[in-house]
Amino acid sequence: MFDWVGEMLSYSFISRALLVGTLVSLCAALLGVSLVLKRSSMIGDGLSHVGFGALAVAMAVGAAPLAFTLPVVILAALALVRLSESSRIKGDAAIGMISTGALAVGVMVLSLSRGANADISSYLFGSVLVLSREDVVLSLWLGAAVLLFYALTYRRLFTVTFDESFAKATGLWTWLYNTLIAVLTAVTVVLGMRMMGAMLISSLVIFPALTAMRLCKSFLSVTLTAAAVSLASFAVGMSLSYLYAAPAGASVVLVNVLMFLVFTLVRRFRARAA
Amino acid sequence: MALLSCQDATFAYDGQVVLSDVSFEVNAGDYLCIVGENGSGKTTLMKGLLRLVAPLKGKIVLGEGLRQDEIGYLPQQSPAQRDFPASVKEVVESGIRGKRLFLSHQDRARAREALELLEARALYSRSFMELSGGQKQRVLLARALCSAGKLLLMDEPTAGLDPIAARELYRLIEKINREKGIAIVMISHDVHTASQFASHILHLQQTPLYYGRTADYMDTFHAQCLMGGTCDV
Repeated sequence: MFDWVGEMLSYSFISRALLVGTLVSLCAALLGVSLVLKRSSMIGDGLSHVGFGALAVAMAVGAAPLAFTLPVVILAALALVRLSESSRIKGDAAIGMISTGALAVGVMVLSLSRGANADISSYLFGSVLVLSREDVVLSLWLGAAVLLFYALTYRRLFTVTFDESFAKATGLWTWLYNTLIAVLTAVTVVLGMRMMGAMLISSLVIFPALTAMRLCKSFLSVTLTAAAVSLASFAVGMSLSYLYAAPAGASVVLVNVLMFLVFTLVRRFRARAA
Repeated sequence: MALLSCQDATFAYDGQVVLSDVSFEVNAGDYLCIVGENGSGKTTLMKGLLRLVAPLKGKIVLGEGLRQDEIGYLPQQSPAQRDFPASVKEVVESGIRGKRLFLSHQDRARAREALELLEARALYSRSFMELSGGQKQRVLLARALCSAGKLLLMDEPTAGLDPIAARELYRLIEKINREKGIAIVMISHDVHTASQFASHILHLQQTPLYYGRTADYMDTFHAQCLMGGTCDV
């Protein structure tokens, strides 16, 4: 019955995609919990637009996509954190400015550099064929970095996420945590973007946390459930995509949407039963 | 030597002075209320005491071996907290400082004791977002107690509470102050209640209008003015 699993794994590009995607899903879900609870989840969306712009430029000038995109998106993440802390421009407006600006650059560059048009839909909506060995190595590093960050700072991360003014008052460097989260999110977005699509990657940040929050009432359970939901959605989404030759990014996102709806229904039933 | 003394402190934002020449002392067991209208510099002073802004002039000195990170703080509630998925246990224990990953038995016991003191032991395993406004403030007060042995700073602790819950919270704050001898510095716009509980009053209007014992304050012109009397000069 599950013969197709072995068959799927025998394609080297698919097993690469599965490895990268699993790590990206895990990291996005963990970072997403903090971002969603701090009401700054749109940072993932903003960074993916910047990633799209940078990728377009990299293709046009013939630079290596990862090596070019990664520093640009990390810089954008640092700029976003700085802008939103300076409070002259509010966080959501700052993200709006940077993301639409970068999107415009991407569209302009793509339309000027002819011949690249065939690739535009794979930038926007992703493709499992594009992942290189480099991506695999980087995603292993990213996965290790995020898990280590979470494990080592878990208690302080909760303090900062729950109440930034209390955290600041007790001497925690909240800007450091905000910056680390933004930078790790930037790496997650860049890695996941070409596979999931620039327009879809931010859903991996937002959905698992919101889904977990339908049912969980402690920070620990939200964190663990979000990670589990994200991994499960990815596995199911990729399998469906393989079996029905459906686009991978959209399949994973739709399974995430379905999970959210199921969790919402369970919550309704619970409320009614109580 | 006082626990905390503020000596001729002046604060400014972007070169504009918002609060000038503030001097006061907080001794062990004191209960100081900082009163004044909106924009009078109360919040700026609180930020100064927490070392989030540095004074332009003057200084704030801690005494009696009090360290900056031993000052407990109860901030104003942020709207994002209302539906934050966290257990009461997680919230209270986040007041315990230190980089250790896992808390010791003593630490966990301290968190429970803090709740006990605030007559909220029963909330320990509840979910924070399902509590009433007054219960939430008790939990946040317990969190502040976890990091405070001698001094607690509070910013409008009863904001948004109904009168009964507010009175309960004032009673508990008085209890902490009396039973544990923890000094309290509280921002409040409610002069009536402040005068009931506080031992000292600091009235700000960009600069101190009054600082001293509560009993003497009530007869002053400024008190009458804040309490809604006539204060046309």
